[in-house]
Formats: sequence, C-alpha cells, structure tokens
Amino acid sequence: MKTFATLINALDSTNKTNLKLEALMHFLAEAEEGDKMWLLALFTGKRPKRNVNTALMRQWAMEIAGIPEWLFLESYSSVGDLGETISLILPAPEQYTERSLSEWMQQIATLDKATEAEKKTFVTEAWRSLTHTERFIFNKLLGGSFRLGVSAQTLINALARYYNMEANAVTHSIMGDWQMDAVTFDELVQGAYTDTQLSKPYPFCLAYPLEKEPEELGPVQDWQVEYKWDGIRGQLIRRNDEVFIWSRGEELITEQFPEIKAALLQWPVNVVLDGELLVFKDGQVLNFSALQQRLNRKNISAKMLQELPVVCFVYDLLELDGKDLRNLPIKERRSMLEELLRQYAGGPLMLCHTIAAVDWEALKSIRQESRSVNSEGLMLKHKDSPYHTGRKKGDWWKWKIDPYTIDAVLIYAQKGSGRRSAYYTDYTFAVRKGDELVSIAKAYSGLTDKEIQEVNRYINQHAIEKFGPVRTVKPELVFEIAFEGISFSNRHKSGVALRFPRIARWRKDKTAAEIDDIEEIKKMIR
Amino acid sequence: MLQFTPKGILCVPGGFYIDPWKPVDLAVITHGHSDHARWGMKKYLCHHYTVPILKSRLGTDIAVQGIAYGEPVTINGVQVSLHPAGHIIGSAQVRMEYKGYVVVVSGDYKVQDDGLSDPLEILRCHEFVTESTFGLPIYNWQSVAAQHTQLQEWVAGNRANGKTSVFIGYSLGKAQRIMKALEGIAPIHVHYSIAVLNQAYESAGIQLPDYAIADLREDVKHLAQDIVILPPSLLDAQVTRKIPDMANAICSGWMQVRGARRWRSADAGFAISDHADWPGLLDTVKATGAEKVYVTHGQTAVFTKYLNEIGIAAEEVTTRFGEEEESVEPS
Ligand SMILES: [Zn+2]
Ligand SMILES: [Zn+2]
Repeated sequence: MKTFATLINALDSTNKTNLKLEALMHFLAEAEEGDKMWLLALFTGKRPKRNVNTALMRQWAMEIAGIPEWLFLESYSSVGDLGETISLILPAPEQYTERSLSEWMQQIATLDKATEAEKKTFVTEAWRSLTHTERFIFNKLLGGSFRLGVSAQTLINALARYYNMEANAVTHSIMGDWQMDAVTFDELVQGAYTDTQLSKPYPFCLAYPLEKEPEELGPVQDWQVEYKWDGIRGQLIRRNDEVFIWSRGEELITEQFPEIKAALLQWPVNVVLDGELLVFKDGQVLNFSALQQRLNRKNISAKMLQELPVVCFVYDLLELDGKDLRNLPIKERRSMLEELLRQYAGGPLMLCHTIAAVDWEALKSIRQESRSVNSEGLMLKHKDSPYHTGRKKGDWWKWKIDPYTIDAVLIYAQKGSGRRSAYYTDYTFAVRKGDELVSIAKAYSGLTDKEIQEVNRYINQHAIEKFGPVRTVKPELVFEIAFEGISFSNRHKSGVALRFPRIARWRKDKTAAEIDDIEEIKKMIR
Repeated sequence: MLQFTPKGILCVPGGFYIDPWKPVDLAVITHGHSDHARWGMKKYLCHHYTVPILKSRLGTDIAVQGIAYGEPVTINGVQVSLHPAGHIIGSAQVRMEYKGYVVVVSGDYKVQDDGLSDPLEILRCHEFVTESTFGLPIYNWQSVAAQHTQLQEWVAGNRANGKTSVFIGYSLGKAQRIMKALEGIAPIHVHYSIAVLNQAYESAGIQLPDYAIADLREDVKHLAQDIVILPPSLLDAQVTRKIPDMANAICSGWMQVRGARRWRSADAGFAISDHADWPGLLDTVKATGAEKVYVTHGQTAVFTKYLNEIGIAAEEVTTRFGEEEESVEPS
C-alpha cells in the first residue's frame, strides 16, 4: 500500500493542480494493476460495504492506546476524523508488512463472514504493521468512507495524459456501471467497454458565474437565455428501452424519480437529455426545500408523488438515435429538442423556456424579478456553443441574482473538521428577537486565513463557556451572512431556515446592537 | 513558592519573575522565543547562549546577565539555576530552591535530542510547571532520524522533478534543525532573519551546514532546485511565489494532523516540533516526581484533567505563552 499512501499523502498536502497531477502520473506509472483499479473504483464511488462497526474500532483503539473515552473524544474533536484519530493514537508500528491495496481490499471484503473476535485480530494486527498514513487509509477503507482529495477533472486529466487520450473520452470510459473483475485497467480507461454500456452519461457542460457586465458579451441576440433553476441538474438517458437518470454528482438517481422514468420510457426514440428536476405544482416551481423532501428515500409513496410532483425542465439534447450531437451549436440542438418535445411532450417532461429580450437592460430587470418564479437568476448560453466537457470559460454563464444578506453576531464556535481541524472555523450566528438573541445560521466559509486566525484569537480570549468542543463566545463580532433562500421551518428555533448561508464579510464597523431582527428577516420569505 | 500574577509567574521569596509579559525589575528568561522573552524588563537573567538572541531581539542596550547550565545564583535567599530544556539553543528550565523546597519552571521543552540544543535534563522537584502545546495523545513524533529521512526524500523528489524545495519554519530553532537534516543534500539558502539567528548558534560553537543568504527582493533564478528556508511570515508572500518552480513544505508539530496539512495548503507538511509530544510530556512530568504540576499554554484543560486522573495533582494556569510565537504554529 506504500505507493497508494504516497499518492494520498501528496494529494492531501498540496492544493496545486499540477502537483496533484504529477502525483497521479507517478502512481499510474508505479502502482500495480489491481491498485489502479481500486483507485478508480474508490473514485467512482464503488466502495466496499462496511464490514466492521466503527464503534468497535474505536473501542479496540482505546484499549490498545490505553486512554479513557473522554480523552479519545477530545482527540477526535481535534482531528475531526475517526479513522485518522485512531491511526494517530495507536503506538508506532512494531513491524512493517507491505501488502498491495488490492490485497488489503480482498481481505477486508472477506470480513463479512468473520466473527467479532476474528475481525478484532485482523484489524489490530493490521494496525500493528502499518505506518500512520497507511493505517489511516486502512481505517477509512474499513469504515467504507474513503474519499480522495482530488477533483474528477484532475484525475481524468492525469489518465488522459498518461494514456495520451482526450479527457472527454476518458470520462466517458470510467463513468458508469463497470465491474471490477470484468475489465483490465487499460481496457477500461481506453474505452473497450464503452459501447456495451447503455447507462454511460456524458460529462456535464458547466457554466461560469458571470463576473463582468453583460454588455461585454456582445449583442443579447447572440445568447440563448433561460432561467437558472434551483433544482437538481439531471442527465436523462433513454437507450434501448432503458432509462437512466444521472445527477451532476455522477450518481444514478433514476429510482428517485419514477414519474420521469415512466414518461421517458414512453418515448419511441433513444435520447440523452439535459435538464433540471424540480417540484412543480399548480403551474409553479416550488423552492428547493420541497424537492429536498423527495430525495434519498427508499420508497416514494403515491401520496408523495401527488403532493410533491417532480418535472424535468429540459434544456438540451445531447444524443438522438445513438448520435452524439454535442458538437452541434446549441441553436441547432435547441430546435431539434423543441421538435422532439412538440411530438412527445406531455406529463413531467417539459421544455425549459427561453427568454427573449430586446437588450441587456430589459434582461437585467427580468433577472431582478427572477425570485418571483423561484428561480435564482439567468443562464446565458452562446447560440453557437457546443456542449463542452466540463467547464470552459466564455460560452456558458450563470448570471445569478445577488444573494440575500443579513447582519448577525457570532455566538458559538467549534473547531472545523477535516482540513480545518486546527482552528475554530465552524460558527453559529444569531440575530435579535426583541431583547434576546436567537441563533439563525451556521456557516463554515467565507473568511480569509488571516481573518480566521484573528477570530480564533478572539475566541480564545473571550470564550464564556466550554462545552465539549463548542465554545460560547461573547456576542460582539458582527458578520454579514449571505444566503440563497429562506423559508419557514419548525426545526429551527428562529423559525426560519436559510439556504446556503455563508459569511460574506466581517463587519468590523458594526456592533452587536446593529444586527438584524428576526421579524424583519421573516419578511424576506415569499 | 510560585504565584501566577497578571504580570507573569512570580517567585515569591525571590521577588523575581519567570518569562513575564509585563515590565518587572528582574526577569529570568527560559529561552529566546518572543512570547517568553519580552521587552521592557529592568534586568534579564538567562543562559549565556540566549544573551545574543535577546540582544538582537530586544536591543543591545538591555541589562542582561548570562549564566551557564547548572551554575547557581542566589536571589533573596532563593537558589536559582538553569538546566537544559532541549527546546532550542540556550533554552532552560528554571530550578528554584528555597529552604529545601524545589520548584521547576520548564518553559518550552522537548525530549527528543535534535543534536543542536543541549538535551533535556530531568529535575526532581516538588512543584513542576509544564507546557502542554501538544498535550493530546494524537501527537507522537517520529524519531529524529526518520524525520531527517522524510525531508531528504522530499527534497530528492523535488530535484528529480526540477523543483525548488522551500521550507517554512520558525527562524529560531526550526530553521536550524531543517538545515541540519539536509546537510550535504543540496545547496541551502536561508532568509536574512534566519541567518542572524544562525550566528547565535555559531557563536556558541555549534556547527551548522554551509548556507547562503537568499535575498528574495533580488533575482531568485539561481535558487532553482536548491533548498530555501524561510520564516512563516513569508509563507504566502508575493516574493516567495517568485521562486522558480517551488514546492513548499511546513515543518511543525501541527502537521501531524491531516486536516492541518490540508488547511495550511502548502505542498507538504512535516510533523517536526521543538515541543514535547504526548508521551514526552507524560514521561517528563512523571520523572520529575512532582507532587504538584501546573499546566500552561496549549492543551491545558485536557492535560490537567488527565494528570489528575492518573493521580498527579495538577492545575490549569493561564499565561500569555504561546500567543505570539507565530501565526502558523506555536513553535
Ligand atoms: Zn518556545
Ligand atoms: Zn512557549
């Protein structure tokens, strides 16, 4: 596992893409076949199922390290990751055994039939024979929660460079439903199995946020304009009487949307569509919290289908009758899409409307009003643009409305987990409710390193109360909190839930007396 | 015998303070780090090796007396002596004996022998004041030899990829350890602020590897593929980014944790510290035989609780140590 550990260590430590790429190339050159397969498997979410209970692992580790539970928990709260905490508190390894990643994975897989005592022997012996980093990886694999510190794009670029292929082709090859034992690594990456894979999605074409004035984009007539919907982006695939729905996170979500699946199966043609899954009721798009209730359920009841009906606003056509259309300009794809929907529409597959405007001024006022239809702004797609692989600057822009903002005061702080575990970076903010404070949001991001250090100094000096890892802070620091949406909520003390709250800036110019009042904030809800 | 006052740790019968943070008449200084050696004292008493460090930090006009390890000085009837703490050059534990009662203030210390500072001396005492910077069982340092190998391998890998190895470490203590670890591997360049402190080592007769002073304001092309050592303040600086094809590494005990490595977003992080790790703290406290332990900067609450649980009477003490050492880490 040494080669794999070296890779993980390198990926973890740097945030420079070129260094990550170098580390991956090095791994591809050095690692054995099985380990490379596992890299892809882990990356594409083919994790082995958890065969050892993490509570047991924790118990065994405390036993070996000889520390009490509270001390283990203090360590855990400082590290932020259970598998890593265990790897760090154990005594240094007694001897070192080199086994490849795939050997370890095979052994882990056989554990499902093992007794608890056998599991304990296996795990504690592994701990005794692995270095810190390898122990950590082993624990994560065992717990079924391993994640690689690299983006899909970087991994794909490394594979593409290594095999001298196009990134696009690599993505196509490795996404989807391949079985580890059925292919070799080279064959898999080079696409030997592509044709037989009906479910294979295309990489999504992504848009950049528009940060300049829209006038700089040239005449408004060159652009296809749509509302930007706040739902789930989905790729709908219908090939040979089968339907697959992929989310942008490369997850298959077909079964979560039976109404979409059924409707697409009715179509007499094979297509791949790109669109937005939304709850749509009485002629209106409902906000994301409605859609959220439909997600991650084992069974979707008839009642749920009726109360929260999902539709897909389709905005692009990627494949028709087995033909890849992505290189056609969107204006041509659009007219083919309109024709298709004219013929087969009805039910939950709907054409995503385009917006025509005489000039950018007119479009600006439409954008300002986009919240009235529960949209978060506009999408601008150049009429000559192909369907790119991933993100490419210039052809597609998302032109979101400015977020909502409120001023709130910091009341609790907690050390972050993962990469932020050394500092208090998880903050809870409150607003006024008459003379009292009521917590309204948690936010993790938005400050610079320097600001975080300054806030940390404040927390260390002004913590009123320590409760486990949580520090109650004297309410003095005021921050502007930005968020994308707001709705009523019974689960929050404040009575409202914010969507995507984050710290917009530190308002050093404001005192706690100047923060917002909850009653005023509720007026933002429509 | 000790009193923890708003000015600092007071030796009551002796009438002097140890590492005070407010101006006092007589300050006994454990070592030259800025949170332990502060400006404004009428008189300073420290180890010989710390004298030039204090002068370069606080001004040549300060009144400072240097003494050797183990050399007793009597102050108002208290017998005071300094003993190696193994933290950095000249770092000392302050031993105070009054009417047969012995109290030791250890300042910052480490158990590992880094080959540069005099190794930690265990002192039997009635009361012991300990730091707790890394007072959690997740902190277990690798051997010094293994640490050196790690650094050497990283530099070799960088050179193979045509990269310049830039190390970030505190200029007093850490920088010299990095130099020593990399002796003979590749040419070493250090920032001016480090070179100044290197002189303190050299004047004490400690051999450091050859080095050149890197002036980042000038042309830096000649640094390519070499080793460059910079203080933490330059980690994200504009001048640092000019260094050709650089890969940067932070050397600090905090780098033991993956989260901290990722958070600091350098290209590599090495857990190399001038503080004691968890077993180091525990072993030292036990070995002193102290019946009362005071825990200062770091994981004070956790370490105090644990000591009490294992039957060593301990108490948490609030000091201002650890707060100014540096932004990247309390070194
Ligand atoms: Zn120090
Ligand atoms: Zn200190």
